[in-house]
Amino acid sequence: MQPVINIKNIKKTYIMGMVEVNALVDVTIQIQKNEYVAIMGPSGSGKSTLMNVIGCLDTPTSGLYEFNGVNVGDMNDNELAKIRNRDIGFVFQTFNLLARSDALHNVELPLIYSGMKKADRKARAEEALGHVRLEDRMHHKPNELSGGQRQRVAIARALVTNPSIILADEPTGNLDSKTGVEIMGLFNDLHAQGNTIILVTHEEDIARHAHRIIRVRDGLIENDHIVENRVLPGIHS
Amino acid sequence: MKLADFVYEVKEGLGISFQAIRANKMRSVLTTLGIVIGIVSVTLMGTAIEGMSRSFNEMVSKIGADVLFVQKFSWFSSQEDFEMSRNRKNIDLKQFKAVRDQGSTIAAVSPLTGTGVPVKYRSLSADRIFLIGVNEQYIQVGGLNIEMGRFFSQSESDGNRPVAVLGYTVAEKLFPSETPLGKNVKLGAYSFRVVGVVAKQGSFLGMDMDNRVYVPITNFLQKFSNHRRGLDIHVKAANINDLENTKEELRGILRKARGVKPGVKDDFAINQQEMFIQTFNQIGGVIAAIGLFITALSLFVGAIGIMNIMFVSVTERTKEIGIRKAIGARRSTILLQFLIESAALSLIGGIIGIIISYPLSLLINQILPTSMPISVVAIAILISLIVGVVSGFLPANRASKMDPVEALRHE
Ligand SMILES: Nc1ncnc2c1ncn2[C@@H]1O[C@H](COP(=O)(O)OP(=O)(O)OP(=O)(O)O)[C@@H](O)[C@H]1O
Ligand SMILES: [Mg+2]
Repeated sequence: MQPVINIKNIKKTYIMGMVEVNALVDVTIQIQKNEYVAIMGPSGSGKSTLMNVIGCLDTPTSGLYEFNGVNVGDMNDNELAKIRNRDIGFVFQTFNLLARSDALHNVELPLIYSGMKKADRKARAEEALGHVRLEDRMHHKPNELSGGQRQRVAIARALVTNPSIILADEPTGNLDSKTGVEIMGLFNDLHAQGNTIILVTHEEDIARHAHRIIRVRDGLIENDHIVENRVLPGIHS
Repeated sequence: MKLADFVYEVKEGLGISFQAIRANKMRSVLTTLGIVIGIVSVTLMGTAIEGMSRSFNEMVSKIGADVLFVQKFSWFSSQEDFEMSRNRKNIDLKQFKAVRDQGSTIAAVSPLTGTGVPVKYRSLSADRIFLIGVNEQYIQVGGLNIEMGRFFSQSESDGNRPVAVLGYTVAEKLFPSETPLGKNVKLGAYSFRVVGVVAKQGSFLGMDMDNRVYVPITNFLQKFSNHRRGLDIHVKAANINDLENTKEELRGILRKARGVKPGVKDDFAINQQEMFIQTFNQIGGVIAAIGLFITALSLFVGAIGIMNIMFVSVTERTKEIGIRKAIGARRSTILLQFLIESAALSLIGGIIGIIISYPLSLLINQILPTSMPISVVAIAILISLIVGVVSGFLPANRASKMDPVEALRHE
């Protein structure tokens, strides 16, 4: 079967004045549909850089990246925007919600950029907010929500377009452990419903929700293995 | 991009813009100050020029376009010219007769002179009346319409008859309840029989044209000898398209009649409506140039202000731009969003400007017959939109080119 993500010998170099920083040295990964992958590694090892490349937010310095069999390197700016809009749902550590807009509008936003009619997108956004059990918080602005609720809004926004893959860069990093467990329950549910999920985390407990753990160090893949004693999906939700 | 997509994006962009502007009300209003001043100046200038040209057109239409005025002095002469021409000879009846007898390209010609006299009928009197001596052709030359009765005839004019034609106001004052026709009025010390009344004419350069009485010139010259002032000769050209020829012909006749030697400049002037129009255009041009300068300057300042605040806005909202890009906003969408925002900002300035200038235009209306033309409002709105789009372009372009990862990292 064609992998959703096919990365071969990817390199990402930042040039800072005279110094070159190799954030990714040589990374090769394949991820299949409905996989649940955790990326781990020490701070500065290149996890976020890798996620940004996978999420088409950033382009690698060299190497091949195929998304659903299409070479991302050949895409222009508009095509990248379209992929980010339709096929990728990104969840960030700092939530990254629009502060002036309420939960509903935040979730509607990707649908606005795909040009969906107002009535349709409102229905879809409400449905996605229902998924993360925020039906009763739709008209709250981010600063009127708790951290966990904000992250749930962000997850609803990532879900709303039915993307091929959900990327989460330390989604529980800014939450207390109880709320973190709640959020992981949501990801487990999403995976059980057939979604493909990649998440970055520092915590072994969190990583053990995944099927597969990729360990990164100094821009290289140190280890890529299947999780044996996995935390079962849904038990916390 | 399809039109429907564009409309969709504009609609969404408008929503975002107004949210952003509302979030910074004070800053937004202050930013538009330059635009406000620019729009006030452009609308008031437009209104004033419109009013001036309206009153001017009304006025100038009273001087026939095909009438030439042979006079001692030019209407628009400089002080220097005036000094030089102070000792010019008066125009007299002999010169008029030369024009009448020799002119081949003229339709009608009348001498004209005037003086102020009191006019009386029984116990009623009218003051500040201008008594005018002309011949029977003045009805054509002056473009007069007759309200009642008739203008005096050639035989009455040549025959020195004491007949008078009243201006509309004079007739109203002296004959409030009876017909003036056939009645004898006193012009100064002399009695004249009224044969007609001229229809209402309005005013010209502040003079009431209906406050006049017309009598035959020969009679006028006998009774109200006013030789110091001399005459004017009013000539209606036979063909308006041939006005220059008529002018040349008149020059020839008058130079000969006045004994101007070859090579010496004319010692008289031939005035025409055209000169008013030229002078008006000059004055209007100067006003427009000053107004345009003020407008352009304040719009420029306004544009810089908007550009500045839009750069601030783009920087402040770097994170927002990153978020929007991360979830699929295209460059063009971001560009359009910020262009709409700066256009909306500028448009608000324009609308404030129009709201301020409307009462001011009512003030202008006290002096000039005008109201703020709708075209000026439309132009003001268009200008503020254009200024907004132009000044928003660089900041919007910067926003659209932001790298999503870097933008997201921004705090
Ligand atoms: N824009 C940039 N310019 C220069 N260097 C960068 C840039 N972004 C990342 N780096 C460098 O690349 C390396 C990898 O960074 P990255 O953010 O991917 O690490 P990380 O694994 O996500 O770390 P953390 O766990 O702390 O989030 C770091 O050494 C970082 O300093
Ligand atoms: Mg990171």
